[in-house]
Amino acid sequence: MQEGWTLPLLPSFSDMINRNFLLICLLPLLIFSLVFLALPLMRLFLASVEGESGWAIYLEIIQKPRYLSALIQTVLVSLAVTAAALMISTTAGLFLARNRFTGRGVLLSILTLPLAFPGVVIGFLIILLGGRQGLVNQLTPGHVVFAYSTFGLFLGYLYFSIPRVLLTVMAATEKLDRELEEAARSLGASPWSVIRDVILPGLAPSLVAAGAIAFATAMGAFGTAFTLATNIDVLPMVIYTEFTLSANIAMASALSIVLGLVTWALLLIARSLSGTTVAAGG
Amino acid sequence: MRLPITKLLQLAVTLLACAFLLVPAIQSVLAGLTVNYFRGMSSGLTLKWLWKVWELYADSIFLSIWLALACLICTAIIGVPAAYALAKNPGWISRILEEFISLPLAVPGLAIALALLQLYGTLQGFRTSWSFILVGHVLYTLPFMVRSVLAVLAAIDLKSLEEGAATLGAGPFRRFCDIVVPNAMPGILAGALTVVTLSIGEFNLTWMLHTPYLKTLPVGLADSYASMRLEIASAYTLIFFIMIVPLLTAMQWASNRAQRISA
Repeated sequence: MQEGWTLPLLPSFSDMINRNFLLICLLPLLIFSLVFLALPLMRLFLASVEGESGWAIYLEIIQKPRYLSALIQTVLVSLAVTAAALMISTTAGLFLARNRFTGRGVLLSILTLPLAFPGVVIGFLIILLGGRQGLVNQLTPGHVVFAYSTFGLFLGYLYFSIPRVLLTVMAATEKLDRELEEAARSLGASPWSVIRDVILPGLAPSLVAAGAIAFATAMGAFGTAFTLATNIDVLPMVIYTEFTLSANIAMASALSIVLGLVTWALLLIARSLSGTTVAAGG
Repeated sequence: MRLPITKLLQLAVTLLACAFLLVPAIQSVLAGLTVNYFRGMSSGLTLKWLWKVWELYADSIFLSIWLALACLICTAIIGVPAAYALAKNPGWISRILEEFISLPLAVPGLAIALALLQLYGTLQGFRTSWSFILVGHVLYTLPFMVRSVLAVLAAIDLKSLEEGAATLGAGPFRRFCDIVVPNAMPGILAGALTVVTLSIGEFNLTWMLHTPYLKTLPVGLADSYASMRLEIASAYTLIFFIMIVPLLTAMQWASNRAQRISA
């Protein structure tokens, strides 16, 4: 199989140059991520176990009611947001992916625009909706203020989750085999049973991925909570107050590591299921 | 034509979701243009709040634009050659490296900021300069640039293009500049627009990294929400919308274009 005389098209010297060139190409990235990512993260981890409690600090998170209740609250709000975003965005996403009509582009733009809104802006929008001078309070009789409650936080998180889930669902729907749907329809299936029996099973992995993205984003959201949360203890707010007010560096670091590991693992699962990348800012 | 009930329900949910996202945004735009929000639109429309924001926060707006451009230059210099190297060596080491630099997407900005602060917070000259915030922004946006370029490079037949150039005597640097970069342009463009859009809107990292003398646009927004009257906060938000919406639209257009190429 080997025909020795045709093999050395390029001398090995140029191979060496090529390899060195690739290394040079990679060098800025390697240096940058070592200096500003690997080393700081290592420092963060060391800071978490260098406090008075040492490694036991990770036990404290589940032993001290303040941290445990914050953890539970964060998980519960994030779960609720994930469920609501999945229902709303899957419905809207399927509708927009499978129907062509005038105004479709406008609706799609409206639903994806918040993707680049920082969490603080979304917090402010929720205040305009449900704050003391908010729209709902003006339109309804009585005193209806929900922006600073858990429900306000839920709405804020929902606001940035809807576009993320929608894009994942729509991308996955585009890849589905439309002939299956046609076949089901020609066999007399109603639109609802086409969705339930053909489309949703096909979308299942992407829905899990979209859910993981929504959950991870909600868990780590800081800006929205920062603008809204007057008395809601979600994990990012606890980290922030531990660091800035209590100067409890070890606990702030430990909570950051736990939160980071959770969101990272979730997004890893999401990516292995659907191959999408969505920034987890909020 | 009569719509079946399933479709009607879907349409209703879609419209409700649109209303939920759009109504408060419109409210914010109107509040920024109304003389007195509490008295309502009847108090008349005005541009004075926008001027007020300009007087108060022009520095923040310029700082954000400057940071976004600096961030774009850094991510291009670091990211484009790296994406090329990763595309040429698609193995598990490349996968791990890609996964590692993507950590700032998955790990909340707050955690990354704490890590940076603890290691470099004591370097006074660095801590108090704009480059400290820049590092945070580059960390956060770099993965988008690398992946965007990598996706396009992985889709084109880089090998035969380069071999062609090599037989004509082009060295690796010439091939990179004359073949790789032009072919990767749709990916670079999509990545660049993403980098600028995200950098201008970044808050979670920046809030921890900023100093009182270095407030970016979103930090200024948080400041105005906490301490200014509703009209000024809204007018400032309106300025932010005016900046970010065209960028976001361009970014989505460029990303779709790049995706069509790499599909």
